[in-house]
Amino acid sequence: MSNAQLTVPFDEAMTRYEPIIGLEVHVELGTNSKMFCSCATAFGAPPNTQVCPVCLGLPGSMPVLNKVAVESTIRIGLALNCEIATWCRFARKNYFYPDMPKDYQVSQYDEPLCTNGWLDVTVATDDGPQVVRVEIERVHMEEDTGKLTHAGGATGRIHGADYSLVDYNRAGIPLIEIVTKTVIGTGPLAPAVARAYVAELRDVMRALGVSDVRMEEGSLRCDVNLSLNEPGAGWGTRSETKNVNSLRSVERAVHSEIERQAGVLDGGGRVIQETRHFHEDTGRSTSGRSKEQAEDYRYFPEPDLVPIAPTRSWVEELRAELPEVPSVKRARLQSTWGINEFELATLVNAGAVELVESSIAAGVDPAAARKWWTGELLRVANERGVELADLPVTATQIARVESLIADGSLNDKLARQVFEGVLAGEGDVDVVIAQRGLAVVSDDGALLAAIDEALAAQPDVVEKIKSGKIQAAGAIVGAVMKTTKGQADAAKVRALLLDRLGVSE
Amino acid sequence: MTVAAADLIRQPASVLAAAISAGEVSSVEVTKAHLARIAEVDERVHAFLQVTAEAALESAQVVDAKRKTGAKLGSLAGVPIAVKDVLTMRGVPTTCGSKILEGWCPPYDSTVVSRLRAADMVILGKTNMDEFAMGSSTEHSAYGPTHNPWDLARIPGGSGGGSAAALAAFETPLSIGTDTGGSIRQPAAVTGTVGVKPTYGGVSRYGLVALASSLDQAGPCARSVLDAALLHSVIAGHDPRDSTSINAPVPDVVAAANRGDVRGLRIGLVKELSGEGYQAGVLQRFNEAVELLQGLGAEVVEVSCPHFDYALGAYYLILPSEASSNLARFDGMRYGLRVGDDGSNSVEQVMSLSREAGFGAEVKRRIMLGTYALSSGYYDAYYGQAQKVRTLITRDFNAAFEKADVLISPTAPTTAFKIGEKVDDPLAMYLNDIATIPVNLAGNCAMSLPVGLSPADGLPVGLQIMAPPMADDRLYLVGAALESALTDSWGHLLIEEVPDL
Amino acid sequence: MTAITRDEVAHLAKLARLDLSGAELDHYAGQLAVILQSVARIGEVAADDIPPTSHPVPVENVFRDDIAMPGLDRAEVLAAAPATEDHRFRVPRILDEEEA
Ligand SMILES: [Zn+2]
Repeated sequence: MSNAQLTVPFDEAMTRYEPIIGLEVHVELGTNSKMFCSCATAFGAPPNTQVCPVCLGLPGSMPVLNKVAVESTIRIGLALNCEIATWCRFARKNYFYPDMPKDYQVSQYDEPLCTNGWLDVTVATDDGPQVVRVEIERVHMEEDTGKLTHAGGATGRIHGADYSLVDYNRAGIPLIEIVTKTVIGTGPLAPAVARAYVAELRDVMRALGVSDVRMEEGSLRCDVNLSLNEPGAGWGTRSETKNVNSLRSVERAVHSEIERQAGVLDGGGRVIQETRHFHEDTGRSTSGRSKEQAEDYRYFPEPDLVPIAPTRSWVEELRAELPEVPSVKRARLQSTWGINEFELATLVNAGAVELVESSIAAGVDPAAARKWWTGELLRVANERGVELADLPVTATQIARVESLIADGSLNDKLARQVFEGVLAGEGDVDVVIAQRGLAVVSDDGALLAAIDEALAAQPDVVEKIKSGKIQAAGAIVGAVMKTTKGQADAAKVRALLLDRLGVSE
Repeated sequence: MTVAAADLIRQPASVLAAAISAGEVSSVEVTKAHLARIAEVDERVHAFLQVTAEAALESAQVVDAKRKTGAKLGSLAGVPIAVKDVLTMRGVPTTCGSKILEGWCPPYDSTVVSRLRAADMVILGKTNMDEFAMGSSTEHSAYGPTHNPWDLARIPGGSGGGSAAALAAFETPLSIGTDTGGSIRQPAAVTGTVGVKPTYGGVSRYGLVALASSLDQAGPCARSVLDAALLHSVIAGHDPRDSTSINAPVPDVVAAANRGDVRGLRIGLVKELSGEGYQAGVLQRFNEAVELLQGLGAEVVEVSCPHFDYALGAYYLILPSEASSNLARFDGMRYGLRVGDDGSNSVEQVMSLSREAGFGAEVKRRIMLGTYALSSGYYDAYYGQAQKVRTLITRDFNAAFEKADVLISPTAPTTAFKIGEKVDDPLAMYLNDIATIPVNLAGNCAMSLPVGLSPADGLPVGLQIMAPPMADDRLYLVGAALESALTDSWGHLLIEEVPDL
Repeated sequence: MTAITRDEVAHLAKLARLDLSGAELDHYAGQLAVILQSVARIGEVAADDIPPTSHPVPVENVFRDDIAMPGLDRAEVLAAAPATEDHRFRVPRILDEEEA
C-alpha cells in the first residue's frame, strides 16, 4: 500500500472517469452431499472427516454428478431469467495447487448450463429508488477447493508462511459461479449497484432455498472486476479484486478501486491487468500475483463425466416450481403491508424483508415487526458490523416479546432490554426476563401495597377521585409507577386503584 | 481326489471352477499350486509386482468353506486370478509400475476387484506393467521388465505384459488387463493368449488409475476364449460409480463362447490394417486363419476404413493430453513420493522435484506432449483436430459394420521383439499399436486370440476380431469358432507349445 | 508448426511441474519434434464440419441422488500422506522466495 497516496477522492474521480464493473459471484450450494461424491457438506466439521477417494482425487476415483446440484443451477438460471443450455459438458481446468486434489478443477468452461439472463436491482438515490438492470452472462457449475491454513510466519497469511496445512472437507462442494456482463453507465452509483446486486442475488438464493448464503462462512464469495473509462480515451485495463466477502466490502471494494485506478491514471501511470486481494480490515486491496498471463489452463472436455442434456420438460417442471422471486415478492409485500416505496427501500437496504416476513408469519404485527427490525435490531447490527440476518435473534423470539407486550407483561422499554439480553447470548426471551427481573409488576398484592401507600400519602387526591374527578387518578398511577421503577402496567394500576376506592368510570 | 500340482496349473479356468464346485479339488489346493508356480518361475518371468499369498489362501479357504455349506458358488468361484497393478485393491500396494506410487496402499477397492471378490475369486497378486500403462513392452515399468515365457529375452507386450506373461507362464489361469490402445490385445498376441477389450463403458473404470479416461477399458485375459468369456461376465455390467458406464444388460458372452459359430457371418478384412509394416510371418498366419474362417462358413468381405491411417496420430495426441491431466495429481502432496521437502523449497519446487524423480522417461515424454497439445494456440490444431479424426474413425467403423458383422486384422504388426530393441525409439514403439488403436478411439470392442506361430521366429501371432459397441458377444462367437478349428488342427491350444521354463 | 525449441520444452516442463535436467530438455526437444511431426499428419484430414468426439459412447444425463454417506477413515487417509500435522495434509510453503 505504498502507493496509497496516489488515490483520488471518489467524488473527484467521478468527474473524470466512468466506472465499468463486472461481478463474479461464487455461491456454495446447500446440497446434502458434494458435487461429485457422496461426502457430507456440513460446515465446520473436523478437518478431513468429510472426504472420500473422489474428493481427495485418489488415483482411480471417478466423479458422478449430484442431480440436486444440477437442478439448483437450473433453478438459479431460471430465476435470473437465463436461457438453459440443451446440451453442455464439464471441462477440466488444469493447474497445480495444493488445495486442489486432482490438480485440475472440474468446471464448465465454454459450455455453461445457463446464459444470457438479468437481474433488476434497486438502489437509493437522492431522487428516490432507482432500478438498474444487471445483465448476466453465465451461470455455471464447478467444484470448490480444499481449505489452506498457513503456518509459521507472523500473520497467518500466505506471505511469510513456512508451510501450509490442507483440509479437504470443502473440496468438491458444489459451487455456482454467476458472472455478469459489464455494467456500464452507473457512474457514482457503481458501488451501490454492486452491493445491491450481490444483496439481491443473495435474496434470490435464499428464496430458492439453494444455499444458506452465509458470506462470513464463505458460502457466497465475490470477485469485483473494474476498469475506468476516460471519456474520449476508451476503456481502461481492468483489475480483478478477490476476497470480497461481505456486502459492505463489495461496496467498499468498488469505491476504493475507483479511487486507486483514478490515482494511477491521474499520475500518468497505466492500470495493469492483475488480481488484487481485498482486505476487510483496511477496506483497501493489495496487488496479488500479476503472472496470471503465464498460466495456461489447458481446458478440455472432462472425459469422466458425460454431457448434461436437460430436457425441455424437466426445465419446465423446475420453472413451474420456482418460488416467487424477491422483486415480485417485495411488490406484493409492499401492498399487503401497506407501506410506501421509501419504507420498502429501507427494509430492502437493511436486508430485513425476509426477516420481517418471517416475524409476521410467527405472529408479530406487521408494523411492530418492521419497527423492531429497522429500529433497535438494525442499530445493533450496524454497531456490530454484521448483517441483520446474522444477529442471534429469531422471529419466534420477536413474537414472544410482542405477545408479552400485548398482555401487559412487558412494555417497550423493557422489551428493548430483553433483546439486549438475547443478543448478548444470555438465553431465550423468558430466561432473560427471569434473570434480569424484567417483568412488568403484575403481582396484585405488590401493586395494591404500592397503591395503598400512594393513597395514604395523598388523601386530597383520594377525595377528588371519590368526588368524581376521576382524571385525578393519574397522580396516584404516576406515584405507583415510580415506586415500581416502571415495571408496572399503568392501565392495570389505574383499574386497581379505582376498584380500591369503589369508583367506576 | 488329488491332482498333481503340475496339472492344476495347466487347467483352463472353466475346468478348475467345475472341479472346485464339484468338490473334486479345493480352492486352497488350486491356489497353492499357482503360488508354488509363481515362486518357482516368477524370478525369471517377473510378471508379478506383488504376490498376496496369505490373502489368497484366506479367500480360498472361505470359498472351500462356503462350498461345504452347500451355498451356491459363482461360475469362477475359487479360481485364482491376477490383477494388473493399475486397479486399486484396498490395503495392497498399487504402483501402476511407477516409483511415484511405490508403497501406496489404496483405501478402497476398484469395482473390478470388488466384483472378483463378490464372485469368490482368489486374487493372487498384482501384475507388472509399463509405468501408468504407457508402453507396448512392459520395459517402462519402474520395477524392471517382464519377460515373455516364449523367449525370456523378448518382451511380453505392453502395457499389460505382466498379466499376459503370467498366463503364458501358467502362474495364473486368468488375469485382468486394461486396454487404452491395445494393452490387453497386443500382449495377448505376443504371448499366445486371449485378451478382450470390452466395449467402452462395458466394464467399470472406477478404481482403474486413469491413463486416458476416454480410451481406457479393463478386460479379461485368459488362455482360452471360453475362460475369457467367463471372466468377462464376472467383471462387466453397469456401475453407478462410473458415469461413463453403460446401463444396459451385458451381452451373453458365455453363451456365445459356448456356441462358437461363424456360419453365415460376414467377416470384414480391413484393408488399412495389413500389408506394409506387417511381418510376413504375421500376415501368413493371419491369411491362413481367414481361409479357415471361410472354410467354417463365414463370408469374407474386404472393407476400407480410410481414416484408420490417421488413428495413430489422433491417438498420440488424445492419449497424452488426457494423461497429462490425469497424472497431475501425482504431486507428492497427499500420497506417493515427495522429494525436496527440506524447508527451503516451495510447493511448486517440491512438486516438480517429486514428479521429476518419480516419473520415468516415457511418462514425462507423454506428459509434455499432452501439455503441448492442450496449450492455448495449439489446441485446435492438435487436440481439437484429433477429436474430429476420432469422429471420422467411428464413422468408418459404422460404415464397415454395415457390410460386415465383425472386422478382423492382425493384432500386432510383429511378433515379440527383443527387450531393449525399441526402448528409446518412441515412434517405433508406438507403431506396435497401429491395428489396435482404432477400436479404442471409437469405443467398440475387440479380441485378440492366437492363430499360430510365425514361421520366421516361432513366436505367437495374434488375430484381432472387432465388433460394434455392445456386440461383445460376436467376438466370442467368432473367437470360439476359430479357436476350436485351430485347436482341432493342432491337437491342443497353442499355449501348450510354450517352452518349459 | 512442429519445430519445438528447448525453451518451449522448458516452458512445458514448468507447466507440467517436471524439474527436467538440461540434458533432458535437449533430449525431449528432439524427440517431441519427431513425434509431433509424425502426429501432425492428422492436419491433412479435411474435418472443418466434423463434430469432435470427446466421449466414445453417447451416454448423457448420468446423475447421483443427493444423499450424504460416510467417507473414508481419516487415519487411513492421512497414513498415506508424506507429511501431516493437526489432522491435515502438510505441504511446503506456497509462495516462492521472491514472492514471499
Ligand atoms: Zn468425497
